[in-house]
Amino acid sequence: MRQLTRRSILAAAPAVAFAFKAWPARAKDYGPGVTDKEIKIGNTGPYSGPASSYSAVPKSQVAYWKMINDQGGINGRTINFISYDDAYSPPKTVEMVRKLVEEDGVFFTSATLGTPCNSAIWHYMNEKKVPQLFVATGATKWDDPKGHPWTIGWQPNYQSEGRIYATYILKEKPDGKIGVLYQNDDFGKDYLKGVKDGLGDKASMVIVEASYETTDPTVDSQVVDMKAKGVDVFVNCGIPKFAAQAIRKAAEIGWKPLHVLSSIGNSVGATLKPAGFENAKDIVSDFYLKDPSDPKWKDDDGFKTWIAFMDKYMPDADKSDAGNVAGSSLAGMTAQVLKQCGDELTRENVMKQAASLHEVMVPMLLPGVTANTSPTDFAPLKQVQMAKFDGQRWNLFGELLRGAIG
Amino acid sequence: MTTVPKDDIAVAGAVPVQRELRLRPSLRHVVIAGAIAAALVIPLVTSSFVTFQVTEVIIYGLAILGLNLLTGFNGQFSLGHSAFYGIGAYTTAILMHNYDVAYYWTIPAAGGVCFVVGFLFGLPALRLQNLYLALATFALANATPQILKFHALENWTGGVQGLVVDQPDPPSFLPIDGDQWLYYFTLAVMLVMFAAATSLIHSRSGRAIMAIRDNPIAAAAMGINTSLYKTLTFGVSALYTGVAGALGALAVAFVAPDSFTIFLSISLLVGLVIGGVGSIPGCLFGGLFVLYVPNIANSLSSGLAGAIYGVILLLVIFVMPAGAAGFVRLAAARLSRSQQAPITGAQGGKP
Repeated sequence: MRQLTRRSILAAAPAVAFAFKAWPARAKDYGPGVTDKEIKIGNTGPYSGPASSYSAVPKSQVAYWKMINDQGGINGRTINFISYDDAYSPPKTVEMVRKLVEEDGVFFTSATLGTPCNSAIWHYMNEKKVPQLFVATGATKWDDPKGHPWTIGWQPNYQSEGRIYATYILKEKPDGKIGVLYQNDDFGKDYLKGVKDGLGDKASMVIVEASYETTDPTVDSQVVDMKAKGVDVFVNCGIPKFAAQAIRKAAEIGWKPLHVLSSIGNSVGATLKPAGFENAKDIVSDFYLKDPSDPKWKDDDGFKTWIAFMDKYMPDADKSDAGNVAGSSLAGMTAQVLKQCGDELTRENVMKQAASLHEVMVPMLLPGVTANTSPTDFAPLKQVQMAKFDGQRWNLFGELLRGAIG
Repeated sequence: MTTVPKDDIAVAGAVPVQRELRLRPSLRHVVIAGAIAAALVIPLVTSSFVTFQVTEVIIYGLAILGLNLLTGFNGQFSLGHSAFYGIGAYTTAILMHNYDVAYYWTIPAAGGVCFVVGFLFGLPALRLQNLYLALATFALANATPQILKFHALENWTGGVQGLVVDQPDPPSFLPIDGDQWLYYFTLAVMLVMFAAATSLIHSRSGRAIMAIRDNPIAAAAMGINTSLYKTLTFGVSALYTGVAGALGALAVAFVAPDSFTIFLSISLLVGLVIGGVGSIPGCLFGGLFVLYVPNIANSLSSGLAGAIYGVILLLVIFVMPAGAAGFVRLAAARLSRSQQAPITGAQGGKP
């Protein structure tokens, strides 16, 4: 009789387990999308559409997770990284993210790209209590642990960069007259606010605030106006096209202010080359990632790790594309969160671990730049280093700077 | 038996002409009733995500119907319908976000605003023919996202950040969730709009609209006020697409300038041709194509999604040169011909 009972229980066990698919998971404290063998992570990015030049960011993440799986996964689980194209269209992002969460049943999303796209899913993710980890955008609003406890940012945000410029200016030219050129939208205004906040009670140093629209043909008149008003510190927050125009125009009219270029416009290829290297000499800017085209990293361990990854998993990709640096760094950070989670793979614990990063490094961050978060601080990267352009390339100088808000 | 006028044939290559459905009226009604019954059941038997997708299909179908009224029935081209879609969406978002208007009132408001904008845009557009009109509307589509970002309007539009829209709650006496309620709401709006479009097309005005497409000079000679009808059609077309945009804002619960780029216009145009130019039910098939085919292409290969999309598009056009509606008509004609005795020189088994 006893024998029989045990056997019948054994026979029934798979059926029971099948009927209550979630049951073993619950016993082990797993969230949706997690089993003993696998973790599902969702992602969206612009593989097509107007912003497809950023497609290296999701593509390099796919490659990075492949590498992680080849190395045995994380805590014995392979990562099933599901990445969909949203064509940088917010309605498509909503559709794809709902598919990820409701159909594919992902554990969380990671590094979804674009300010408008992330804005579109912001409320949905927080309502559904699904972690929206390390969004790939520099807007300041992602650092909102109280209002949106399921969303966490990643890169140094534009406001904190603005503060860093202010700190630098106060040190270099405490009695300067500042002119700020910014794009008339969210990120431009974030920069302006950051600069003013950083100046604090000396905010009156900003004597010209000149905006441009992306539709403007040139920013020549703004630059000429600044020179005429006696501006001697020029904070140039243009996207590459306008940043280059401003650099060129300043050289043309023989204007030599202390020229601070924001990080969105500091690409050598996209901004400085068209502006003319000789015109761009002595401009300063800020960085948090290593520039893969800079030969000084040749013997750097982090760079060697990264280039080995690129050679094996993305042999055809453009290695000077900063998107590959950002994507692999984002995936590396997410991997770190999963490692910290151990076997307690619940969505609550993912957010808890993402909010307790302590001096986390990934290979392509500048030496000394680390990710740090706390339950009240959802802005992982805050440090940058200033660099001066010598006519050929950027040379980092000085200490790491922080622009922490608050 | 009606004879097919010469001009009709001339146009038929580019713009297949809508004729009376070949199905017998009773059968036709059965089909429509069956389709509505099936539509009512969908949210009860599928997940909320599929319900959401079908809601989007209906919304795109409605937007395509707007374009179809203009292009399919009136013969005017537009690459600017993303603008009307966006204006409709923003009307709803602004009214709900800034003025706390109930969502159901924002639908007619969006339609009204878009009708006025479309009518006004139609006035100068009257002077432009075919390709030039396409260019003028292209300019409209390009300008709209930037106008929405314009800083003077920022207090209303939220600038580049966009606006968050609260998803409508279902009435408390119904045991359904938000997605299901939005689906039924959208379905109801669609049925009303499709019925209105059908009766418009079969009315005296509808015949005037189509006569202008087939031969504007002959239409004018018959006493049709072509300029009035063309601008009115532009307005009605914008109204339909604007209502779709308003529903889209509710479904996505967010509007931003980047949602309404020229790519949306092109998607709608593709949906129009795939569904069937000059067919009202075909628009829904166009909506299916617009929503699902990019997903299918992406699931086959994310790297080659664009190329696969192109191949699927070519295949569909090859198999169904007159769109889905033309395909169904042809199939129905074949079917009824095989059932009945062969009719000599028949266009089909029209009773």
